[in-house]
Amino acid sequence: MTLNVKERRNKTGTVLVATGEINSETSGSLLQALLPLVREGKPLKIDLTAVTYVSSAGLRTLLVVYREAQHAGVAVTLYGVSEEVRFVMSATGFLDFFETGEAVAAAAKAKAKAAR
Amino acid sequence: MTETRSEQVLRVDAYPTHEVGGYRVRAGKPFPFGANVVPGGVSFSVFSDQATSMTLVIFKRGEPEPMAELEFPEEFRTGSVFAMTVFGLDHENIEYGYRADGPYDPVTGHRFDARQVLSDPYARLIAGRDVWGVEPDRSRGYQYRSRVCLQDFDWGDDTPLGIPAEDLVVYETHVRGFTRHPSSQVTAPGTFAGLREKIPYLKELGINCIELLPVFEFDESDNPRTNPETGEQLFDYWGYNTVSFFAPKAGYAATGRYGMQGDEFRTLIKDLHAAGIEVILDVVFNHTAEGNEQGPTISFKGLDNATYYMLTPEGYYFNFSGTGNTVNCNHPVVRNYVLDCLRHWVADYHIDGFRFDLAAILGRALDGTPLPNPPLLELLAYDPVLRHTKLIAEAWDAGGLYEVGNFPAYGRWAEWNGKYRDTVRSFLKGDPGVTGELATRIAGSPDLYATRGTAASVNFLTAHDGFTLADLVSYNDKHNEANGENNGDGANDNNSWNCGAEGPTDDPEINALRTRQMKNALAILFTSQGIPMLLAGDEVARTQQGNNNTYCQDNELSWFDWDQVDDNAELLRFTREMIEFRKHHRELRSTAHPTGQVREHLGLPDISWHGERAWQPDWSAESRLLAVARCGTGDDDVVYVAMNAHWESHDLELPALPGGRSWHLFADTGAEAPYDIRTPGAEQELDNAGKYLIGPRSVVILVGRTHVSDDLDTP
Repeated sequence: MTLNVKERRNKTGTVLVATGEINSETSGSLLQALLPLVREGKPLKIDLTAVTYVSSAGLRTLLVVYREAQHAGVAVTLYGVSEEVRFVMSATGFLDFFETGEAVAAAAKAKAKAAR
Repeated sequence: MTETRSEQVLRVDAYPTHEVGGYRVRAGKPFPFGANVVPGGVSFSVFSDQATSMTLVIFKRGEPEPMAELEFPEEFRTGSVFAMTVFGLDHENIEYGYRADGPYDPVTGHRFDARQVLSDPYARLIAGRDVWGVEPDRSRGYQYRSRVCLQDFDWGDDTPLGIPAEDLVVYETHVRGFTRHPSSQVTAPGTFAGLREKIPYLKELGINCIELLPVFEFDESDNPRTNPETGEQLFDYWGYNTVSFFAPKAGYAATGRYGMQGDEFRTLIKDLHAAGIEVILDVVFNHTAEGNEQGPTISFKGLDNATYYMLTPEGYYFNFSGTGNTVNCNHPVVRNYVLDCLRHWVADYHIDGFRFDLAAILGRALDGTPLPNPPLLELLAYDPVLRHTKLIAEAWDAGGLYEVGNFPAYGRWAEWNGKYRDTVRSFLKGDPGVTGELATRIAGSPDLYATRGTAASVNFLTAHDGFTLADLVSYNDKHNEANGENNGDGANDNNSWNCGAEGPTDDPEINALRTRQMKNALAILFTSQGIPMLLAGDEVARTQQGNNNTYCQDNELSWFDWDQVDDNAELLRFTREMIEFRKHHRELRSTAHPTGQVREHLGLPDISWHGERAWQPDWSAESRLLAVARCGTGDDDVVYVAMNAHWESHDLELPALPGGRSWHLFADTGAEAPYDIRTPGAEQELDNAGKYLIGPRSVVILVGRTHVSDDLDTP
């Protein structure tokens, strides 16, 4: 199973859309795609809607990107995490490290509600 | 370009020097043992003293046949260690093992067989039993497959909690059994992740240490028996039969099928620590899953049988464990193996302590004789990495060595106090002539631990092995028919009493007495000096229907039924308040055995014994009543505990308190809920300060203090 990555840039930052599986075979190419984006210093969103499976090596790659982003002061958000991937990330503790789009949206909604 | 932290440092040893079997390789480093990811490849290192040659066998993940067999070149051998780095391996998608060639001569202890692929004793992950209960394909030659993994978990700011031993309240549970029951309502029942979801319950209960039954990889399907009543397959449910000592059990992880059991277990530990709960592992170093000469060859047997096992002069296996073989714990190589293993669990899993199954074996010499100064026990006691971990011994073995009170402790080892269990059980059921020994046990067993302090004693009334608390008061005899051994297995000396009927009954009086007896047990346990240990589920009267040996029962006999949390809320509340009470009173947790020394600020001794008359305990053979008063050094509270195992009530004369203090009622197990127990600090002042009527088979706990409760009727 391969992994395709596509970048989309907009005013608020960069969106990287991944399609396929993130595992030990494909995580290297994902890292190569993500690290330059982190260095640009703009907010980065990783869209995992079309990612069916993230292996142990894949999760570690995402965490490495997150650590690099922290080091560079860049915000990284995961979007479209499937239920299965989310469960695996939660059970193994990786979810604790990431901002996820759903959580960001929920926080924004709560904030808007509080302001009303 | 700015260099990122994830980019590798260039190293000379990141380049191959040889080619073996089509793979680029170089000599590996002998240490550390096991498989370790290094720049560009994986370094494999394995020890065998007598092997004449060693071959690394590599499989594509899940494939029955190897994808490569790489014999270690002679120049890759240092001493008796074979080490090789193989480049270009995708570490996530391989499994590996070894073929060790050498002499097959059982009389001299050697059982080499190069046809067998052997599991790496240092494997940090094992594949082959990834999902609990799935019937394995036994036609495959290599069952328990070593896997490579990274040791790079992000612990954040997790550090050891370092809870003083005397402050521990230990909760013993089985990982799967705790949440497997459908009533648990967790996302992944029966797993580390499931247990993690129940942390709020543990926190609310008040325990601060969880002791897990074996979590090292074992084979739950390794039980040929069936339940004679239902025909269902029985399991090795408890897991006291280790297959691989460095690997967490995949079948206990919801993510085991993805090989992420290590991260899942670490996440559980991290969150337990965040909740203020330490983690102790029940570890089994006395034997392995390889059994005797009839048993399977998994790892040690084929790598260096004569090193790892205690053998008779004829080459048979000594059986001090009762399970076929005995690990040669005090052999210098095996000693280091045990040490490496425990260091691994402390350093890579942040484990806080260990309970050693049949630990007396760890003190036996190579020929089985008990050693006066066992090097392994000393090594563990002084090791820099293990220095602040809790070490708890089950100080006996199946070979008849019983060392409770005499375990070689080096100032570090605590023990499961079997004598505490037997004495309190015997007292509770109303046996005569027990009050003297009861006094010794609740005071931290000074006869056993005079030089070691009270925290050397882990006090327990029930554990996984034996009756649950509810069954202890519901059954006179064990009922183990479901285990398929004609009720011949399990202990017979249970000191249990069924309160008037064997098993479940509709008789309200018997049921009320059973509830009272359970409360009596908990009240004594949590007011005794020493470390209290509670068996999971006892706080809600978990029953095993009289089965006192559920090692093979992966079903409702063993699982925690969460509906009982509501059904037995009264007992749960009682347990919670007792644990809280213990936290409020340092004198119950004092590490020093009481001496009778008078506390100057109170004019009362640190401990005093009483009977129906204050200051006059009845130590006679027919006595079934004993009261104890304890005074601390740092506060003004006096704690008075009266224990009546007699079937009649007694008028107690209470010891007089120094000026301004009065007796307040914390608990009376003879009273109807909610008046059976109060919240610590909100005890009710007694109307008749000098007297208290203790009911039949009841425990009463009073607090002597200055504060007078505002609301006398609030439980």
